[in-house]
Amino acid sequence: MITELRDLKMNTPKINEPQALLTIQDLRVWYELRRFGFGHAGYVKAVDGVSFALAEGETVAVVGESGCGKSSLMKTILGLNIPTSGEVVFDGENLSGLKGDGLQHYRFKVGYVQQDPYGALPPFMNVQKILEEPLIISGMKSREERLARIHKVMSEVKLHPVEDFLKKFPHMLSGGQQQRIVIARAMLREPKLIVADEPVSMLDASVRVEILKLLRALQESHGLSVIYITHDLSTVKYFSRRIFVMYAGSLIEKADTRQLLGNPLHPYTHALLAATSDPEARNAETFKEVPPGEPPSLVNPPTGCRFHPRCPRFMAGLCDVKFPPDLEPEPGHFVACWLYQ
Amino acid sequence: MLYYPSAIVGLLVVFLLVFTAIYAMIKIPYNEAIRLWRGGEEVWYQNPKFAPPAWFNLFSSKKYSESFAVKTSDGSMTREVTPGAQGTSTMSIAYTFDFSYDYYPQELILYFTSSYEEKQPFISAEWLTPDGRKIRLVNMALSQKQTYRFSQDEKLKTRLRTEEVIPYLFSDPETGALVKGEYQLLITGAAFEPDADINVEFVSHGQVYGLAGTDQARRDLVVPLLWGAPIALAFGLIASLGTSVLTMVIAALGTWYGGWIDELIQRITEINLVLPFLSILIMIGTFYSRSIWVILGATILLSIFTGAIKSYRSIFVQVKESLYIEAARAYGASSPRIVFLYLIPRMIPLLIPGLVSSVPAFVFLEASLAVLGLGDPVLPTWGKIIEDANSNGALYRGYYYWILEPATLLMITGLGFAMLGFALDRIFNPKLRDV
Ligand SMILES: Nc1ncnc2c1ncn2[C@@H]1O[C@H](COP(=O)(O)OP(=O)(O)OP(=O)(O)O)[C@@H](O)[C@H]1O
Ligand code: SF4
Ligand SMILES: [Mg+2]
Repeated sequence: MITELRDLKMNTPKINEPQALLTIQDLRVWYELRRFGFGHAGYVKAVDGVSFALAEGETVAVVGESGCGKSSLMKTILGLNIPTSGEVVFDGENLSGLKGDGLQHYRFKVGYVQQDPYGALPPFMNVQKILEEPLIISGMKSREERLARIHKVMSEVKLHPVEDFLKKFPHMLSGGQQQRIVIARAMLREPKLIVADEPVSMLDASVRVEILKLLRALQESHGLSVIYITHDLSTVKYFSRRIFVMYAGSLIEKADTRQLLGNPLHPYTHALLAATSDPEARNAETFKEVPPGEPPSLVNPPTGCRFHPRCPRFMAGLCDVKFPPDLEPEPGHFVACWLYQ
Repeated sequence: MLYYPSAIVGLLVVFLLVFTAIYAMIKIPYNEAIRLWRGGEEVWYQNPKFAPPAWFNLFSSKKYSESFAVKTSDGSMTREVTPGAQGTSTMSIAYTFDFSYDYYPQELILYFTSSYEEKQPFISAEWLTPDGRKIRLVNMALSQKQTYRFSQDEKLKTRLRTEEVIPYLFSDPETGALVKGEYQLLITGAAFEPDADINVEFVSHGQVYGLAGTDQARRDLVVPLLWGAPIALAFGLIASLGTSVLTMVIAALGTWYGGWIDELIQRITEINLVLPFLSILIMIGTFYSRSIWVILGATILLSIFTGAIKSYRSIFVQVKESLYIEAARAYGASSPRIVFLYLIPRMIPLLIPGLVSSVPAFVFLEASLAVLGLGDPVLPTWGKIIEDANSNGALYRGYYYWILEPATLLMITGLGFAMLGFALDRIFNPKLRDV
């Protein structure tokens, strides 16, 4: 495995932004595959050489088709997955050095909004208990203090009147209300970063925009950094300044939203944008996510450029042999494709 | 709840049992219950042996004689004292009773107690039949305590020219037919000192006795039948609660921490599953202790690592992956917190019906051990009644009541809990409703 790693280490450019809140350096998250419970059978390379930096207050969208490793990347940032290699530095602290209490404190600074709000809320706790838990864990002893904080955050996520919701259980709330609770829970401890993993994909089309606008409002009023994961490019423009396109475990294109939507460079991004026929689409049914061709295997990914079997501009002898490095054809617009060499 | 008739019936049975248990403990305090249960002849001399309950007569065209006991000291037998000269006194003690049964009593006994300084008091007893005959029973001087058994009096036998004193006393000497009507026992006593006194208790051992009948040691079965309820409930509930809760906690810890802890739990379970559960309990009972607490502890320990731990585990494995647990990890919940506040509460809806449904198994287990002779040596339980009945050949000798009474209670208890558990399962886990 060590030699494999060495082979894969590419000349990824060092990212040195002065006020970066989050810096990720050549991150790999490999899940070990076991045969019949024991015996090594390879790795699922869910995240394979990802680097980027996120400034304080910056919003970024990560897009990519299902199974490309978006959630694995985010769970690593949240400290839920242990990185196989690479570094995650948050607010000057290296995540891999953190254990026990340190890791717990790190977690207080990051909020997590999951895809399925109903699943994300313990069904046997009422709203008050759900929201008290993170506060109790972070050591807020006084009940009055906790309730005051809960009241404040609940009105921020527009659950009015607060008292009507406190004693309700998740199944008594609508999907939109549930997601507001999840967002409130993420906001409780005044985090610096919110990771929102497809926060609206399971909601009714009618409430999606509301939730996205709420996230945007919170981001602006609190100066939050937000990583917004989606496979729906049509929702990106709501608040993301930058877009990262992810394919088979790596980020193949990184650019400002306008740059990327106006001038997509990577053939995969082209395909993705073409598939999103109507970027205004509010309705999931009209949205086609997948560009033509089979998604790649993450256990045995294609050699060279991971996209080459599906790429219309595939160059034999190059693309299928060498992994393309991050290139920067225009300032701030990175793309991993040999076309731009 | 009201939509489930089985819930109502089950609940009713459980309430009734709890009520009986409380009633038993108030009516017959623990120490008294133990004294009665462990008591021999001195406690139970008034009762016949092997007597079915008195309500047997309701279902029988021929009536069995009921047992009774009366005495002068509490006034249930009349006593008239006539003072005589020089400190002497005579007294006449009588008891009249209606005999309208179709079977003779097993035995009639007089228990005399007398007080005197030097000269023993003297009594003579007579038997008056409804057809006006007067049979002299006995004349004797009394010591301080003296027992007179009608059927054992050899002199009386010779005088009456019969081997069977009691049938003779209750039948027509010509035809030998049983005579119904009012009988009277008449005792005339003579005391020869100023402070001398005579008291007597007249006991008739009939064929039937009381509400529940008696056993080989003349014990009233009401005592163990009543007291069996709190013991069965306590054993069943503690064993079931202990087993369910411990199983769940261990399964949750194993699933959450995984690794060698989980492996260890799995291996222990596999080994425990092939161990002969009942044999181990029998060994513990035979070689170590038959105390109900020891057996209870062993039962719980042996019941933790069974199939239940595997089914709990398989559910925990799913719950462990659920998003709300991931969220809890992300907001910094510690592992113990996740196990006890996030994993386990999810299982409560499964735990409660399971807990209630497994009560009967433990109640039956305790009874089975008792039947095998490994019941608690001190406590009166339903299982002990069956054991006594069994070792006294109740079934061959036709004492069906002796086994049917505790068995019925066991069955009702089992059914009650099973029905309640079933209903609770459908209430807590509504998905089962469609199945
Ligand atoms: N714990 C795990 N063990 C093994 N494989 C895993 C594990 N978690 C995820 N994977 C695999 O890693 C790959 C990436 O999964 P991930 O959940 O990160 O994708 P995703 O981009 O979030 O997809 P989606 O859009 O469907 O949520 C998938 O092939 C998945 O099957
Ligand atoms: S590197 Fe080659 S295969 Fe990969 S996207 Fe570019 S052109 Fe296509
Ligand atoms: Mg995902």
